[in-house]
Amino acid sequence: MVKNNMGKFGFTISKGRQIDYDSNDRGIAAYIFEKEPSFRLCIECGGCSATCTTGNLTSFSLRELHILIKRGENDQVRQTIKKCMLCGKCTLVCPRGVNTRNIVVLAKQAFKKADEYAI
Amino acid sequence: MQFDPFVIPFNIGLYFILIYVVTRSVLWFRDLSRPDKLRLQRGFFGNAFPLSLKEIFMESLIHRKILKTNLRLGYMHMSLALGWFLLILFGTIEADIFGARHLNAPYKAIFFRFFNPDHGRMGFEAAYSFLMDLLLAFILSGLLLAIIKRFYSRIVGLKKTTSLKITDKIALTSLWLIFPSRLLAESFTSGAYGTGSFLTGSLGSWFATFLPVQEMAYPFWWLYSLSLGTFFILLPITRYMHIPTELFLIFMRNSGIKTGDKAGTYSEVQTYSCSSCGICIDACQLNFSAGITNIQSAYLMKAIRNNDDVSEIADNCLMCGRCDQKCPVGLELTPIRMIQRRGGEAENDIRNIYKGYFRSRQTIIPDKLNGSSNYDFLHENEPGKADVLFFAGCMTHLTPTIKNSMIKILDASGAKYSFIDEQGGVCCGRPLMLAGQDKEARELINYNSQMIWKSGAHTLVTSCPICYKVFRESYYLDVEVLHHTQFIKRLIDEGSLKMNFLRKKVVYHSPCELGRGSGVYNDPKEVLSHVSRLEKSKFEDENSLCCGGSLANMKVSSGNKKKIAFDAALELTKGKPDILATACPLCKKTFSAVTETKVADISEIVAEAIIQPSVKKNISNRVFSLKETADI
Repeated sequence: MVKNNMGKFGFTISKGRQIDYDSNDRGIAAYIFEKEPSFRLCIECGGCSATCTTGNLTSFSLRELHILIKRGENDQVRQTIKKCMLCGKCTLVCPRGVNTRNIVVLAKQAFKKADEYAI
Repeated sequence: MQFDPFVIPFNIGLYFILIYVVTRSVLWFRDLSRPDKLRLQRGFFGNAFPLSLKEIFMESLIHRKILKTNLRLGYMHMSLALGWFLLILFGTIEADIFGARHLNAPYKAIFFRFFNPDHGRMGFEAAYSFLMDLLLAFILSGLLLAIIKRFYSRIVGLKKTTSLKITDKIALTSLWLIFPSRLLAESFTSGAYGTGSFLTGSLGSWFATFLPVQEMAYPFWWLYSLSLGTFFILLPITRYMHIPTELFLIFMRNSGIKTGDKAGTYSEVQTYSCSSCGICIDACQLNFSAGITNIQSAYLMKAIRNNDDVSEIADNCLMCGRCDQKCPVGLELTPIRMIQRRGGEAENDIRNIYKGYFRSRQTIIPDKLNGSSNYDFLHENEPGKADVLFFAGCMTHLTPTIKNSMIKILDASGAKYSFIDEQGGVCCGRPLMLAGQDKEARELINYNSQMIWKSGAHTLVTSCPICYKVFRESYYLDVEVLHHTQFIKRLIDEGSLKMNFLRKKVVYHSPCELGRGSGVYNDPKEVLSHVSRLEKSKFEDENSLCCGGSLANMKVSSGNKKKIAFDAALELTKGKPDILATACPLCKKTFSAVTETKVADISEIVAEAIIQPSVKKNISNRVFSLKETADI
């Protein structure tokens, strides 16, 4: 009811923006941490996003995806991560030596596994 | 005496292995594709057959290639293979000539001394016994080396030998027991009858002085037969399967069959043909620079044979192809690894004995082949018409000096060219392929192909060996694909590039994907010797090192990559060159981080050497303009 009234005046209630670590599924992140420990080294500098081949053509950003995976906000990552072309420029520019290509591959793998085990 | 119960284990083993090998080859032949079957048939009646016989003799018996790489290891393999073969051959002849009848059952030849203890006292018989003893001594010397190698692998010049599983151990023990038990059995029999030559005869007469040789002989004949039987029965589930399979491999290869994209008969025959000699382990840079010792090709082959999950092993490889070059059996190890990567994580089979003898083949998970498009954001664009296309590739965009040098060279060449990914194009697809994601790679390949078709060009020049390989092998294009070193070589030959000679000492590092991967070794070196003083290094052509930066390895840490790069750069810069030249932007980037020496791509060196045509043009223009003003 309230919503309808608000709508009439051109207002909406904005979506909740807090990150709820308790309800978020951080399994994907845990899977990647286990198989590729260098995931922890990321300082979120954004070098990978700056050089990215896909990022040059779309709004794809590996840095953003890293952060989302770590937070457990997997829904936004699931489809987007498939856009990566694995060209490897991000790995070369990374100042911390994060094996970014493997992280993308592992994330894809983890999503596939999660889909398989889901009821 | 024509028969004794002790020959039964040997007979069971022998007939089992014969039936198994025949069944197996029928199954393998049935699984071949139709063109491959035709190739095999043509090979059988054509040149391939005699060629294969020669190769089987040189490689499977004499082990020429192992002898070349490692004399002691080669001797070990040769003494066991050639020695055993000759022992069987001459044993059969001996049984045929000296035995009671012609055309004997196999066991008569193998246990000849037992059935003919009086044989070999004098004359031709004694000479023949001498030959048989010589062969046995030849095998035993190799066996001694093998036993020492198992415990101290350095003795044969190997840094590390392959590790074994339990069935391998039993088979190995039975193999080790075969010849000593034959020696003892023959010696005891010879001792009892006073026959035998320098080895069995003298050993026998010495034993006879303090042992009841007559009674001792029989149990050792049993042991000899038992160890032969055990060895034959375990053969199909151990690495010794390479003994029969290698013959098929050589014939198939000579008939022109190649490893495809999917697991099939040929890849399976290759997997079984690996003898785990360990030469690939010593060749692997992940081993000697980074200390990773469980992923080499010998282990991959073993894991495939054992139906293990190989994804960890298959992914942890630089795909540099050094092991392919070094493999004495000539296995196509990198393509086999690619097949494993494509399949993805396989579900482990429940281990049972039957699976060991008839292994199930790896299949590709269906949703790796189908599924929606991932790259629907790629929009078709219209490239400009041109004769020559320049595709820089992702890695070249990371090393702008190479890109700028190429632009300079293309400008100087006077060709009508178009730089298709000037604004940063789409990846060529090879990195995805190396990660085993062929379907995704195909999408990118289709996108790039369309662009190249539309441009109407006849030549495609690329700066990156990774792109070069995929353009040549996986694109269906009607253009000539050239690596920039080949393109520059052509320009030099045509005379369209005028260059100075740089007085610099240069050493050339051959990139894996360009050299071993695509077979381009000479063009880059000819370009370099045209503009500079090219020095030789210890690691040339097929033996060149990998820079460690390879995109093929998903697993190796950046620290280990650095170690590999450091070691490789150290080896290459031993002659203190002014420039470490390479033909790959990725190699350049990797080496620059680890060495003090200047690292440059060939295109940069060439661009530096180009005599600026623009200067001449300016002068002539000025002269022309001066003339004009004078006229006025």
